[in-house]
Amino acid sequence: MRTFIRLFRLSAEHKWWMLLAAFTGFLTIGSSVGLLMTSAYIIARAALHPSVAVLAVAIVGVRFFGISRGIFRYLERNISHEVTFRILAKLRVWFYRAVEPLAPARLMQYKSGDLLSRVIGDIEALEHFYIRVLAPPAVAVMIMILMWLLFNIFSSVFAFILTVFLVVAGTGIPLLTQLLSNKTGKELLSLRSELSVMTIDGVQGMADLLAFGQAGKHFAGMEKRNKKLVTLQRRMAIISGLHESLITLLMNVAVFVLMMAAIPQVSATLLDGVYLSVLAMGTMAAFEAVIPLPQAAQYLQNNLKAAERLFEITDAKPLVAEAAKARAPAQETIKFDHVTFSYTENDPPVLKDLCFEIHKGDKIAIVGPSGAGKSSIANLLLRFWDFQQGEIKIGENSLKDISGASMRAEIGFVSQSAYFFNGSIKENLLLAKPDASEDEIVKACRAAHIHKFCANLSNGYDTQIGEHGLFLSGGERQRLAIAQMLLKGCPIMIYDEPTANLDVLTEQKILQTIWALAKKKTTILITHRLVGLENADKILLLKEGEIIERGTHADLAAKKGIYYQMWAIQQDTFQKDIDFLKIM
Amino acid sequence: MNFDKRLLRQLKLVSVPLGFTVFLSLLTSVAIVGQAKSLSRVIDRAFLEKQALESVWPLLLIFAALGVLRAVFHWGSRNAAAQIAAKIKFLLRKKLAAHLVRLGPAYTKTRQSGEINNTLLAGIDALDAYFSEYLPQVLLSVLIPVLILIFVFPIDLLSGIVFLFTAPLIPVFMILIGEIAQAMTKKQWKTLNRMSAHFLDVLQGLTTLKLLGRSKEQIRRIERITEDFRGSTMKVLRVAFLSALSLELLSTISTAIIAVEIGLRLLYAKMGFENALFILILAPEFYLPLRQLGTRFHAGMEGFSAAQSIFKILEEPVKIPGRYEKERVGFRGVIQFKDVFFSYPDSQHPALNGVSFEIKPKQITALVGASGAGKTTITSLLLQFIYAQQGGIYAGGKSITNFSADEWRTLISWVPQNPYIFHTSVSENIKLAKPTACEGEIIEAAERANIHDFIQQLPNGYDTIVGERAARLSGGQAQRLALARAFLKNSDFLILDEPTSSLDPQVERQIYKSIQQLVENKTVLLIAHRLSTVKKTDRIVIIDSGKIIETGTHTELLKRNGAYSKMVFASGERNG
Repeated sequence: MRTFIRLFRLSAEHKWWMLLAAFTGFLTIGSSVGLLMTSAYIIARAALHPSVAVLAVAIVGVRFFGISRGIFRYLERNISHEVTFRILAKLRVWFYRAVEPLAPARLMQYKSGDLLSRVIGDIEALEHFYIRVLAPPAVAVMIMILMWLLFNIFSSVFAFILTVFLVVAGTGIPLLTQLLSNKTGKELLSLRSELSVMTIDGVQGMADLLAFGQAGKHFAGMEKRNKKLVTLQRRMAIISGLHESLITLLMNVAVFVLMMAAIPQVSATLLDGVYLSVLAMGTMAAFEAVIPLPQAAQYLQNNLKAAERLFEITDAKPLVAEAAKARAPAQETIKFDHVTFSYTENDPPVLKDLCFEIHKGDKIAIVGPSGAGKSSIANLLLRFWDFQQGEIKIGENSLKDISGASMRAEIGFVSQSAYFFNGSIKENLLLAKPDASEDEIVKACRAAHIHKFCANLSNGYDTQIGEHGLFLSGGERQRLAIAQMLLKGCPIMIYDEPTANLDVLTEQKILQTIWALAKKKTTILITHRLVGLENADKILLLKEGEIIERGTHADLAAKKGIYYQMWAIQQDTFQKDIDFLKIM
Repeated sequence: MNFDKRLLRQLKLVSVPLGFTVFLSLLTSVAIVGQAKSLSRVIDRAFLEKQALESVWPLLLIFAALGVLRAVFHWGSRNAAAQIAAKIKFLLRKKLAAHLVRLGPAYTKTRQSGEINNTLLAGIDALDAYFSEYLPQVLLSVLIPVLILIFVFPIDLLSGIVFLFTAPLIPVFMILIGEIAQAMTKKQWKTLNRMSAHFLDVLQGLTTLKLLGRSKEQIRRIERITEDFRGSTMKVLRVAFLSALSLELLSTISTAIIAVEIGLRLLYAKMGFENALFILILAPEFYLPLRQLGTRFHAGMEGFSAAQSIFKILEEPVKIPGRYEKERVGFRGVIQFKDVFFSYPDSQHPALNGVSFEIKPKQITALVGASGAGKTTITSLLLQFIYAQQGGIYAGGKSITNFSADEWRTLISWVPQNPYIFHTSVSENIKLAKPTACEGEIIEAAERANIHDFIQQLPNGYDTIVGERAARLSGGQAQRLALARAFLKNSDFLILDEPTSSLDPQVERQIYKSIQQLVENKTVLLIAHRLSTVKKTDRIVIIDSGKIIETGTHTELLKRNGAYSKMVFASGERNG
């Protein structure tokens, strides 16, 4: 119920629109009630052979209702779609506003595309909250009131009878179908996702299945579920067929009961016989209002579940408390002072008692095996997460006193998987600096060694790069990400495994670019690949959250410690392979 | 009007329930007419003849009984239609899956996998509404009006004529306006999809936007885009909804015309009340199925377009060469490629242009070449995913197409560069190579592939479902899992794609150790990327643009002073 109210509140802004839409919906069905009742009146009156004048008003009425229904239906459709789109816009903005402060820490689990698209599916399901859930019962209630008023003119008994049947049809049947389909619906849902996973496995993994001779077995498993799925779907169809049948049945029974109540009144001359057919036709017309109700109940359930999932996301508190007492001063020293950090309370710390300093213009390399906690350092500096113990100082200020936005304005961050938006190269670059001039863009791309590539494309910088920048190779993506950060214009650059997923040759070229850029900016390179580290002023070797060795490449090589061992293994093969690949 | 011959041909498979649907729909229509008849008679007697309830009671009971029957018939015909839908969906999905297996990875790889999945799942499900709602509605919208006409014409010619001339207008309108509107709405839905894609894009790139300090402005952008969309869509819909308007108008105005027309003739005693009421009750029933057809039009449309993608796959020809002899598989000898030619359907240049080379038993043959040179095509040919268009591949002197693909593949272990990891448990994933393997064998294979320790760290060990939460595998882990499969299968012939993605050096070392163990004493085709590995192989085959340009051992090739030695020299290794 709480979810329902929250959901209702979200769309409450448009309540007048919704009311108007429901009212036109009511007028639509009301028109056909009017049409059939006046038609019945005309022929019943005419059967008594009065003069034409007696029928004149009714004939005008019939013509009016005959036209008005179509017009009201048209208005209703227009208005309700208007409302739907307004609600959709509202929901999207609401969700984005709520989720923006949570990124990326709270949204880690939604990183994969399909989870996120499920979220979007939920939002889109809710856009129909009005048309499919709120409107049908509202219209039905208005029609019931209308019918009560109309039938009450003749006798309160008739009004009572019709209302009882309408209420039963409008609530009892939806409840019944809900009850019948509940279990099947749940089974259907889990079976469908099972079959979906197997289908994806079967299609994407077909080469592997065939190579191991397992395709037959896999597809037999699919067939079994396929069979079960269609059986369940059939059961669902039977239930929805039942509801259609039951509503027409109830309509007929209502007419039957009404006749039983009305005919004796005609006999007793309490009721003019003219109205017998009027009552029968009115009853038949009124049932149109309750037909969409069972479906509304079903949508309501789905929508509530979707809303719950969304509220669960938006209700999360941001992990980093935003306090904006001071701006982030770029020119000052960054100092980690006994910093300890874990991602969640229950996890063991990923950084333990960390101490080091980064001065302006430094070239720092943070190395170590994966899982050593290297990336966490970047996450803290970017203020995506907050540390638990110790202190990070930017000049004189504590990092916790600096707003995330102003801290991020100082840092150019290039990760192993830069994200690009579906658009042109230029559009993606301009995100970093919307008012950048052509010259600035070219300059940044030159520095990132991607200008030539861009200029040679068929549409130059206006070339579309596809969904997630799919048309770009790994190396091109990294260069473009670097250019983006250069354009942003920030004194500090952090590279987090910028060459992971790249081949050795591309790696070498990207690293050359990075070190060339490092001449002008404070640079932090996070990597597990010990290539080209001679360029760094200081190397921090991290293992299990602790710095175990520090110094220049020459220092560490001379020390013959763990760094040296790791470096030696890598030297063994890589250098030659790079050249070999170059020629291929 | 949304009829696809191929789709309708499926109905032959379900003639019994189809017969039931038609028969029960017919009975439903009869019940409707009967109800109108009995009700009009009841009212006529009570109203004009002033009969008491007791004397019209039997007629009223008939009305109620027909109401019950109508509900039962209707439900029955829905059931039969649901059965039709279920059976056709089951058969088509089965056929589609089987056909996809026959087409093999060569086909699925070139298509977007999402599209195929969608056809198999949602596409087939879209047929449900087509068969269980749309087609029965088409049936009803013919049966009910025709039956009503049969009864109305003898009673009242004029009303019959009004019915007869307005009824066909509804489908005509529907098609005329529907088609224009459909095209417009379709375009609009595309915009809607694009808009959703944009929203997804923004959400996925939220971190990047934050890094660039641009996340807040997106609120306004989302607002603007949805606003723009609303404006343009409403413009389209205002036209599209005109079709609904005209349909409604047609049926309500016709009802109004009939009411007035029979009312006036009643007035001048040219017609009886009972018949007049009978026609009036039937008037809405006459138009209702036609109007409902309009609302089910969409279901028909969806099923129709789903059918196009379903039959597009089903009609894709399977290219498996005829087999000459059924032989027991088994080879000891050399594997030879003789003048193999292969060209992909949509490509201008042949992928392999007369390729000949040998893979000698118990030796490691390295296949070296740039990406696109034809290495993957050779692998696919060896696995019989595709077949040589000219020339052939021979094992121990016999063409490999003499054996059935399934049997032939039992002899091969394949470690691809991007092995597919299934959404089942880790042990099921390894067991793919040998479904009968016991736990001990699986663990042994995992240990040899250096992945046992990692698996044990997973929340449920070997029973962990891959892909969920913590159990997402990195590229290196997936490769090791594929190695474990190869260890478990332990076949004599091995096709191995050398990992290129840069891994942790330690991990890489472990993988190489595993590979060394694996290739021992086996016939191996190694797709190699690194000089350090190539040097250690028995025989090197260099491929370039679909042609073999050099073969020989490392030393032989160095002496030849050809392409290979140039590569090696350029890499700075002058001493061989």
